[in-house]
Amino acid sequence: MIIQCAIIFGCLALGELLVWLTGIKLPSSIIGMLILTLLLKLKIVKLRQVERLSNFLVKNLGFFFVPAAVSLMLYFDIIKAQWLPILGASAISTILVIIVTGWIHQLMRRI
Amino acid sequence: MEYLSNTYFLLALTFLVYSLSKMLQMRTGIAILNPILLSAIIIITFLELTDIDVATYNEGGRYIEFWLKPAVVALGVPLYKQLSNIKKQMMPLLVSELAGCVVGIISVVLVARLLGATQEVVMSLAAKSVTTPIAMEVTRTLGGIPSLTAAVVVCVGIFGGLTGFRVMKVTHIGSPIAQGLSLGTAAHAMGTSRAMDVSDKYGAFASLGLTLNGVFTALLTPTILEIIDAIF
Repeated sequence: MIIQCAIIFGCLALGELLVWLTGIKLPSSIIGMLILTLLLKLKIVKLRQVERLSNFLVKNLGFFFVPAAVSLMLYFDIIKAQWLPILGASAISTILVIIVTGWIHQLMRRI
Repeated sequence: MEYLSNTYFLLALTFLVYSLSKMLQMRTGIAILNPILLSAIIIITFLELTDIDVATYNEGGRYIEFWLKPAVVALGVPLYKQLSNIKKQMMPLLVSELAGCVVGIISVVLVARLLGATQEVVMSLAAKSVTTPIAMEVTRTLGGIPSLTAAVVVCVGIFGGLTGFRVMKVTHIGSPIAQGLSLGTAAHAMGTSRAMDVSDKYGAFASLGLTLNGVFTALLTPTILEIIDAIF
């Protein structure tokens, strides 16, 4: 399990390093994810060396969001002041994104 | 009573509340009982009743949040497993992703203006579909309120996870790849976690959606807003 941590955190640290070196405006975690994919593809890292920890993390992704959702209570005031535009626009736009992405993907595959 | 603000107690409470929420959703199968939403409501109510502030809660909470970054890195594994599928349909993926990104930004900006949001709030909403660090960064460059963006991103994630599958059912989005992709595109890692509940394959395309939309949003938002300003 420790080696699995070493690989996951190693990729994250590499992501942090790239962000620090280049000043690129992307999160280190997303860069780390792409690095992990690349290392697996190049067979530098083997699937069984990361699979157990990554399964655990990925299956419980939702749990790690609970504190952020709790922190929403800090913003109740701002949200309350303009709740209709904030929540209305976000909800409508989220539904549109789902529909447009899904439809265009299905359409393109048929062509 | 002071004991109730103990870090380990609050951590234990969070684990317990989430486990119970998850169990409740699995038993009942009711979408609105989203475990993230339900846990947050229960914990917020608890904090309000006991007069504990969020900062105190977050002394423990940050140890949970800490795992968010490694968990996003771990999405590289399902992504790797789907690499051959992704290569086979590079064009559909890129085009639908680009469309989703552009529609997401334009629609949220226009609807928010229509409903009377102030300029500062509009700028804070533009990047609402993508993962928090990217969204906050985009808001900062646009001159919005990053902390409001962080809050909205969470709301969008909960909303997308809650309604996603129903919206896709009604609009006949049936292919697993399109479903996963849409969820990740519209509702970042929270949508991805919902997709991951269904299967690894859904989750892999959701993480692809969240990644591509993150990159597109970071690159395109300022330009798209200029174009909107020029037209409207």
